[in-house]
Amino acid sequence: MSVFNHIGQFFLLLRAAFRRPEQWRLFLRLTLLEIDKIGVQSVGIVALLSLFMGAVICIQTAAQIESGWIPVYTVGYTVRQTMILEFSPTIIPVIMAGKVGSNIASEIGTMRITEQIDALDIMGVNSAGYLILPKIVAAVFIFPFLIIGSMFLGIAAGGMIGELSNIIPLADYEVGIQFDFRPFQVAYALIKTVVFAFIIVSVSAYCGYYTRGGALEVGHSSTQAVVYSIVLIMVSNLLITQLLLI
Amino acid sequence: MIRVEGVSKSFGEQKVLDAVDVNFETGKVNFIIGRSGSGKSVLTKCIVGLLEVDEGRVLFDDRNFTVMSHHERKSIRKEIGMLFQGSALFDSMTVEQNVGFPLTMFSDMSADERAERIDFCLRRVQLDGAHKKYPAEISGGMQKRVGIARAIAMNPKYLFCDEPNSGLDPQTAIVIDNLIREITYEYGITTVVVSHDMNSVIEIGDRINFVNAGRIWWRGDKDDILHTSNEELNSFVYASDFMRVVRQNLK
Repeated sequence: MSVFNHIGQFFLLLRAAFRRPEQWRLFLRLTLLEIDKIGVQSVGIVALLSLFMGAVICIQTAAQIESGWIPVYTVGYTVRQTMILEFSPTIIPVIMAGKVGSNIASEIGTMRITEQIDALDIMGVNSAGYLILPKIVAAVFIFPFLIIGSMFLGIAAGGMIGELSNIIPLADYEVGIQFDFRPFQVAYALIKTVVFAFIIVSVSAYCGYYTRGGALEVGHSSTQAVVYSIVLIMVSNLLITQLLLI
Repeated sequence: MIRVEGVSKSFGEQKVLDAVDVNFETGKVNFIIGRSGSGKSVLTKCIVGLLEVDEGRVLFDDRNFTVMSHHERKSIRKEIGMLFQGSALFDSMTVEQNVGFPLTMFSDMSADERAERIDFCLRRVQLDGAHKKYPAEISGGMQKRVGIARAIAMNPKYLFCDEPNSGLDPQTAIVIDNLIREITYEYGITTVVVSHDMNSVIEIGDRINFVNAGRIWWRGDKDDILHTSNEELNSFVYASDFMRVVRQNLK
């Protein structure tokens, strides 16, 4: 199938997914379950990664600054900027593409090959809407909270490692993280996050929904979901950055 | 009654169904039999709308399903129950949630009425006490029975069963066959069973349609099928030693 076929089929699937839910109460319940699965169950890995990323950026930045002309608070400034602009809103979604994306693709793919999606269709249920829309809504809602948490943890971990290993005093680090703060950059990061959340869920759901064959193909769909999601995250990252920051 | 008129379906260059005409009678167990790859599953998928037909039409009690929009088809879909080859139960739901799923989606029943209906359907398939179990925790035969309970939950007018006995031992297969027959007669529904299990055909088949090379090759009832002179059908029916012994005895 050509790329254009895939693109067309992807948008047709999205159109079906965005039809009005048959039962609003059920839709709300499914969305809450997905918030738990996609968001709450990812808090641990997001926190762990953010702590280590913040700490490593702090050490690496300090290691680069040897000249006495560069103020030491630059370390705090760099950690803040790196976490807010790129690491939290981009690297965390890339990791989430691996965790959540593969899970969604394999879940929906397995439902496809075991005829559960056919069963929904025959009952008259809009299978795309029932399976995909709650996941999209949940991810778009919960990702910004995860990313804001990641920013705070990364910046805090940078300060902590700087103080504990005598790289930078906490007071200087605080000066750095407050220096030239532009709130729009947080908005930019959250806009990126929402777009990436949408990409991860919709692309993974697409890969799963059109799985054909057996267990081998479910694995293939799962891999495809992660690869396509990451590629699209990177491309859209460039576009959004170009549009919003320059 | 379901009427299939001149239905053709191709996948690329390969023509799987070639102008198929067949009627499925109300209150009867109608079989579609044939070899693997003969087109019987494609025919069923075309009838229930999982595949779009290239030519021809499918009428559910004179309502032309083929030309209906997605939205219009919903009203007919709510009248269809289907038992899948692998049961197709929702893994993440318990037995009672599976049976109650169509009721939750499409009925205005209160929670109590829904629970009562679920109890009734599970009792009807002799599955009392399995309400809280997940599909992975019950046997293949029980899964089929849950599939039947889910299929009848909405009081369907049409019941489709795709290879209902595959993977079951002979005794359990007979239990499933009998359930299908009883439900068909009890509710007067139009039942279509896709199978290549001759035991089932002889056991419960009222009308039998033999599909070969994408066409209805032969049609009749279970008495006719044992005495047919149709060569293709004979080689299908009497493929096993057991059936050849049956033929000897018939002679």
